[in-house]
Amino acid sequence: MTDSPKLKPGWRELTPAAMITTPGSARDFLTGDWRTRRPILEESKCTKCLFCWLWCPEPAILRTEDGKISIDYNYCKGCGICATECPTKAISMVDEK
Amino acid sequence: MKTVIQAPELVPMTGSEAVAKAVLQAQVNFIAAYPITPQTIIVERLSDLVAAGGTGAVFLNVESEHSAISACVGASLAGARAFTASSSQGLALMHEVLYLTSGLRCPIVMAVANRALSAPLNIHGDHSDMMGSRDAGWIQYYVESAQEAYDWIFQAYKIAEDERVVLPFTVNIDGYVITHSVESMTLVSQERINTFLSPRKAPFRIQPAKPITYGPVALPDYYTEFKRQQHEAMLQAAPVVEEVTQQYGELTGRRYSNLVPYALERAKVVIVSLGSVSGTVRWVAKNLRKQDLPVGCLRVGLFRPFPSEQVAHLLQDADLIVVLERALSLGSKCGPLASEVVSALYNHSKQPRILDLIGGLGGRDIPPEKIEQIFRAGLEPQSRPGLELEFLGVRE
Amino acid sequence: MVTIKQLQTEELFGPGQRTCAGCGASIIARITLKSLKRPVIVINSTGCLEVATTIFPNTAWHVPWVHGLFENASAIASGIEAYLKSANGGLEADIIVFGGDGGTFDIGLQALSGALERRHDFVYICYDNEAYMNTGIQRSSATPEGAWTTTTPVGKASPGKSGEKKDLIAFALAHHVDYVATASIAYWGDYITKVQKAAEIRGPALIHVISPCPLGWRFKTEQTIQLAKLAVQSHYFPLYEVERGRYKLNMNPHQYPLDDFLKMQGRFSHLFLPENAQELKTLKDQVDQHWSRIQELCQGKQPGW
Repeated sequence: MTDSPKLKPGWRELTPAAMITTPGSARDFLTGDWRTRRPILEESKCTKCLFCWLWCPEPAILRTEDGKISIDYNYCKGCGICATECPTKAISMVDEK
Repeated sequence: MKTVIQAPELVPMTGSEAVAKAVLQAQVNFIAAYPITPQTIIVERLSDLVAAGGTGAVFLNVESEHSAISACVGASLAGARAFTASSSQGLALMHEVLYLTSGLRCPIVMAVANRALSAPLNIHGDHSDMMGSRDAGWIQYYVESAQEAYDWIFQAYKIAEDERVVLPFTVNIDGYVITHSVESMTLVSQERINTFLSPRKAPFRIQPAKPITYGPVALPDYYTEFKRQQHEAMLQAAPVVEEVTQQYGELTGRRYSNLVPYALERAKVVIVSLGSVSGTVRWVAKNLRKQDLPVGCLRVGLFRPFPSEQVAHLLQDADLIVVLERALSLGSKCGPLASEVVSALYNHSKQPRILDLIGGLGGRDIPPEKIEQIFRAGLEPQSRPGLELEFLGVRE
Repeated sequence: MVTIKQLQTEELFGPGQRTCAGCGASIIARITLKSLKRPVIVINSTGCLEVATTIFPNTAWHVPWVHGLFENASAIASGIEAYLKSANGGLEADIIVFGGDGGTFDIGLQALSGALERRHDFVYICYDNEAYMNTGIQRSSATPEGAWTTTTPVGKASPGKSGEKKDLIAFALAHHVDYVATASIAYWGDYITKVQKAAEIRGPALIHVISPCPLGWRFKTEQTIQLAKLAVQSHYFPLYEVERGRYKLNMNPHQYPLDDFLKMQGRFSHLFLPENAQELKTLKDQVDQHWSRIQELCQGKQPGW
């Protein structure tokens, strides 16, 4: 079986006027492969201030059950704002291999 | 099954007043407009009617035509039945928004009081304004009288909003000749209109509960498909126009058509025209036919989508087709209307001669005598090239 | 004053949009949508925030979102607002218009003026990255004195953009808008409060937010918030609000040197060459004059310029 690429929809199937009826469908576009460096969280240093979550442009930082954060590497573009703004330097940026 | 039509009560109205009356009878609930001669009376009458209360319509006085049509787009996306009117420079200023309106599939109806374009400045009637935007993706109908202007507002909404179409619609009304002349009008009662035209259904309207993104970017991998959709909608408009005019005919006794032929059987010289001059042409043709001269005329009502097959069929007997048009396409071999006629006749076995007569520009009158001259000259034996362009009545 | 923890966790914007890494506008959009309690309808003019977030079939928006053209966002919003108000006997959603500096200060000015004059109930948020960033960093009337842009490049005959930044707040005030404010996302609490205040206003309100742009201003992507803070602290972008014509200063920081702010950005680097000293002075004088002017207005004085 060959892996044929999924064909894009034809004009008959598309919603008229290019309306996008699935809110937030940009989730299908994983911007994580843009980055050249990635943020690494040192959990023990996290004070749950949530500045990183607040200022992440994507967001690629999610709030967890325990009030801390986790990084969503599917979307993280590696801008480094989280690392810069973290008051306890709990996040550091390392080069992507 | 025919409806019984009451004896009509005739009301004197100008084309502008008739349009304003029809707009509110059509249960338009959003109007945004900017004044420009000769559309102003439409806007003023609408203001009066809305100010009198009880219409349920919002009237926005905006700061330019670009904003007028833009506000209508917004309202239409929010579910409104929206209306605006413009002319000439105002229509030209709307140009980019006209493409947006059609691309976003907003079934807005606009009355265009056709007027010449500057420079030089001219406030009188010709068709160059609408012709300048003919490719924007709007359905375009040119009326011949104030009565037609009134009747077409209702039909335009019904066609535009039909789920097979969903395209905006311009009702073209000759500036001054129709907008400002008084006619004896037959109005339709509100009850009867309500049986013909229901409130707008807008399944994709803006609703926080169902968030939709309107007007995204479509890159080269998708753009073509959306244009193909619009093309399809335009193709679908033609049979829908037939259906709707049929229904309106049953409702009122006034059945409109895409094309209004007169005495085309065995006509050797045919004048093809748009708008109010067609009435004069028909009157002249009638008189000449009484003298057994083989002349006829064809008024084009629906310009977009252009009924090419029907035109080719109707003109099959003609030796000489004179396209009398009130617009130029500078730099082209023929004007916009002639261009459509030539394309329509391309597959035709018989090749008639075509004379593209540019006349009536900037509101210049085309009197019956001139039209008679055109018919008579056309009947003279002569050797003319197959396709020719001439200016009617220009002082050398 | 709201705390970060109190902000709604539901994401109404993103992820997956194609804004640059570290984009200020992206942060502004996300925080704006977190600030509002009622349902929201967004109208967006053409620009970075629009193009990068809605490339068919992807949309970063989880709210109704309308894009028309470059200059008519305010006019489209006017139509939506007026119709919904009339059809529903009042607005059930907050209408937010996002426009960049290009789509606001320049090409969008007429439609904005009309919408403000007619007093439509909406909040206009201008995310100001100080140039036409989406089309490649061209100058707008919001570009500051001396800045490099692709249409005000630096050369022997030109030290960058010539002329002061246009005053958007004064423009809005000419329409007697009840609430107008400047903002910076570094001061997130202040921004959220302003968005909420603006939404409460019956009628138009306008917020002018500084939106640092790593690509256009030429700085490292991690410095966006630092620059948003320094812009205010250096007096380059004063934080103030005007309620019914009365100016109120929101932050009176101990002034950081303007050089600290300018030196972080490549678009100003040429100003530190000796031949451009005059231009640098012109920019500094303007920043100083603007700051004193705002201070005096906030003190109820009548400064000239």
